[in-house]
Amino acid sequence: MAKLHVSTTINGEPMEFLCEPNDTMLDALRGPLALTGSKEGCASGDCGACSITLDDRLVCSCLMLAAEAEGRDLRTIEGMAHGERLHPLQQKFLEMAALQCGICTSGMLVASEALLRKNPRPSEEEVRFWLAGNLCRCTGYDKIVRAVLETAAEMREAAQ
Amino acid sequence: MTDIRYLSPATLDEAISAFAAAGSAARILAGGTDLLVQMRAGSVKPGVIVDIKRISEMTTIEETAGGGFRIGAAVPGAVLAEHPRFGKVWPGVLEAVNLIGSTQVQGRASAGGNLCNSSPAADSVPAMIAAGAIVTVAGPSGRREMPVEQVPAGPGRTNLKPGEILVSFALPPRPPGSGDAYLRMIPRTEMDIAVVGCGVSLTLKDGVCTAARVGLGAVAPTVLLVEAAAKALVGSKLDDAALNAAAAACSAACRPIDDKRGTIAYRTKIAGVLLKRTATIAAQRAGRN
Repeated sequence: MAKLHVSTTINGEPMEFLCEPNDTMLDALRGPLALTGSKEGCASGDCGACSITLDDRLVCSCLMLAAEAEGRDLRTIEGMAHGERLHPLQQKFLEMAALQCGICTSGMLVASEALLRKNPRPSEEEVRFWLAGNLCRCTGYDKIVRAVLETAAEMREAAQ
Repeated sequence: MTDIRYLSPATLDEAISAFAAAGSAARILAGGTDLLVQMRAGSVKPGVIVDIKRISEMTTIEETAGGGFRIGAAVPGAVLAEHPRFGKVWPGVLEAVNLIGSTQVQGRASAGGNLCNSSPAADSVPAMIAAGAIVTVAGPSGRREMPVEQVPAGPGRTNLKPGEILVSFALPPRPPGSGDAYLRMIPRTEMDIAVVGCGVSLTLKDGVCTAARVGLGAVAPTVLLVEAAAKALVGSKLDDAALNAAAAACSAACRPIDDKRGTIAYRTKIAGVLLKRTATIAAQRAGRN
C-alpha cells in the first residue's frame, strides 16, 4: 500500500508530507516533519504533552490521524515564538520557573495560549479546569497556573 | 507497511458504500478519542477507517422549525458548547457531553462516538436518554430512526446493523417549564469515568411534574431508561415521597458490576442519591423556563 500524501498548513506555512494511514499526527510531526517540540507522553490523550491546535481548536495530536490534516490549519509549539522573540507565555514560564523537566511544557504553552485567545481574563479555577488535560509530574501545577494568570494580566495591560 | 486504508468521503452515500463494503474490518472515525486509543492498544485493527467529518450533516447543529435540535453525530463537545442556544434549552445534555475528557478531548470527542463506543459509563448517554433523543442511522438499506436508548447492546456493542452509520441526534421541542440535568459520581472533580451517572429531564406545570424521563449510567451492561423512576415523579410536586420513590426505582433498576470504581452495593445506593440530586437541579431549571 502506497503512503498517503498530505498537504496541510503548519504554523502558517504550506507543508506536505507522506504518512501511513494509521500514523498519528504526532508521528508525522516528530517524524517526516521534524517538528519535535510536541512530545509523546502517554499516546492515549491523557497527558496533553502533544497538544496542538487544529483549525484553532486545541487537540491532542496523538489522538488525530496524520491523514486528517489534509487541507487543515495546524499550529504547534514551533509557531509560538516570533524568531528570537518569545511569546509572553513562554517568557513568563521562564521568569516564574513554571517548568522543570520540560516534557509537559510545550503542551502547557500551546494549551494556555488557546485558553487566552478564547478567554483573556480567566479565573484561577478556569485555568485549572482548562489545563486539566495537561499533566505535569514536576511542578505541582501552581507555578504554571500563576504564570498563565500573570501573563493574561500583562497581555490585557499591553492590549490597552 | 500496513494494509489499512483511510477514506474521508464528502457524502454520506459514499461513506455508507465504503463502510458496508469493508464489512466488520471497517471503523468509523469521528473524533477518534476512543478509536485511536483502541488502535494503539491493539484491541482494534481496522482494515478501513472511514472519517465522517467531511460530511456536513455529521458536523452541523440545526435548530428545527418547532424549536428542536438536530446534532450531527460527529459534532465535538466544544462546538456544541459554543452554540448560542443549545445549552440554554438543554443544559443537562450539554453538561453531560462536556464532562467527557479534557479540553483537548472536547475539541474532538462527539456524542455520536460516545454512544457508538457503547460504554455503560458513557456520560452523554443518560442525558440523551432523559432528553428523549431520537437517532437517525443510515445504511445500505436506507435511513431509519430509533430511540437513543435502543442503540447500546452491551459493553462495546450496538444494535446498529452491519454497514449502518449513526448520523444525528434529534432532540424534541421543549414545552414551557422544562429542565434537564446530568450528574455523575466520580471520586475526583475532573477527568474520570462515572461510578454512576444520572440524567433527568422533566416538565413542571403549576409546580406539578407533568412529564419526566430518567437515564442511568454505569449500573448495568447498557445505559438504562428507568421508566419506573419517571413514573414516580410524574403527577407529584417532587416532594420527598416522590423523590424517595423515584430513587428506590433507580436502585431497583441497577444490575451493576463490582470493580475498582465501585461495589455493587455502593453503585446501587448512589443511583438513588444521584436521582434525587439530579431531579432537584432539573426542577430548578424548569422553574426558570
